[in-house]
Amino acid sequence: MIEVRNLQKSFGGRAVLKDVSLDVAAGEVACLIGPSGSGKSTILRCINGLERHDGGSIAVNGLPVTPQSLPAIRASVGMVFQRFNLFPHRTALQNVIEGPVHVLNQPVADAHARAMTLLAKVGMADHAGAYPRQLSGGQQQRVGIARALAMEPRAILLDEPTSALDPERVGEVLKVMRDLAEGGMTMIIVTHEIAFAREVADKIFFVDEGVIAEQGPAADLLSNPRAERTRLFLSRVRHPL
Amino acid sequence: MEAFLADAAQFLPVLLRGLGMTLLLTGGALIVSILLGLIWVLMGYSRFAPLRWISRAIINVIRGIPIIVQLFCIYFVLPEWGVDLPPFAAGVLGLGLAYSVYQAENFRGGLSSVDKDLVEAGTALGMRWPVLMRRVVLPLGIPAALPSLGNTTIMLLKDSSIASTITIAELTRAGQLLAISTFKNGTVYLLIALLYLAASLPMAAGVRWLERRFARR
Repeated sequence: MIEVRNLQKSFGGRAVLKDVSLDVAAGEVACLIGPSGSGKSTILRCINGLERHDGGSIAVNGLPVTPQSLPAIRASVGMVFQRFNLFPHRTALQNVIEGPVHVLNQPVADAHARAMTLLAKVGMADHAGAYPRQLSGGQQQRVGIARALAMEPRAILLDEPTSALDPERVGEVLKVMRDLAEGGMTMIIVTHEIAFAREVADKIFFVDEGVIAEQGPAADLLSNPRAERTRLFLSRVRHPL
Repeated sequence: MEAFLADAAQFLPVLLRGLGMTLLLTGGALIVSILLGLIWVLMGYSRFAPLRWISRAIINVIRGIPIIVQLFCIYFVLPEWGVDLPPFAAGVLGLGLAYSVYQAENFRGGLSSVDKDLVEAGTALGMRWPVLMRRVVLPLGIPAALPSLGNTTIMLLKDSSIASTITIAELTRAGQLLAISTFKNGTVYLLIALLYLAASLPMAAGVRWLERRFARR
């Protein structure tokens, strides 16, 4: 469903992505892991065109990602951000209906009803009228997930969705993501939560210095990493001291 | 003191009419300056480079010409080209145009304070430029510009006295005429100063209130 071939991206002459190819099938959950600055987030941002790639190709449902196709691509691919990026001047509910009403032009009443269902799904129905500043990080991120789901995307990209959270808030967001995975949502997740990746991911891609250094089924890659740098990374993540 | 009060009672009706004209002029020019300022700043944010250049050029040219010269151009020069505006319209247009560039800078400051991450969030939802502006950038950026907009309004109130040079009987001109005919310069100009303060101090309080209000967000 999402096909990335020989993707290249440079920022001011520095090659961030050198040659990245990956495939994620419909219904699959893929996790991108790897050191900071390895290019994981940039891969996601190229898929929905927040960054324009310099070389290679990306296709979503067979549709190549180009400046012209971006509206269609963004309509079918949702995004969840590390820092939530909720609109601060709108309530949780208003954040969720923003896309359906003002991008998809759905009637407000319909969007409203579906948004309440989604907020209930992420456990935030009681906070529908709250502004982002009144919510904890974990609550904001769950609203962020509901906002992405409200567009009825075929796939969701999650860019370190738990990295900015207080440790005791990580679980509630992971639970929502686990429910989504069990519901068959196609997801690409950039994460440092190795245990979570092992549990929900079908595939793991280890990204290092702008290339996919290793990829494979989650349990396989995490238990028996073949590449030396994967091994080194995993041991550092698991044993920080 | 008694003489002062007697003179004040005699002058105040004329000066208050002048103050009324000053407030009308300021209000009209404020509206024009905000509308034009918004146009300049939206052009400045356009994806089309020529619109950005035009906006930049307009701001630099208008900002570089004294307001009094702009007023004279509109009131004395435009009629030579067949555009003959009555004094009040020329004053509103001239002050509004002159102040539109400061309003544009106020708005630019406000809009550029909008978090880029929120623009990305809207973009990722599939918003195109006009929707992004209307739903995200303007609702967050304009409140952020309000305090500086309030300051500019106070400056505009004072600079509206420049319109006295194109025969508009606003507060300063009404006072000048009184002073010339009565020779009571001290009384007249003291009253004028007090009346400008009476108009601007509430505005300053309003600006502070706005600042407090938006600091809380």
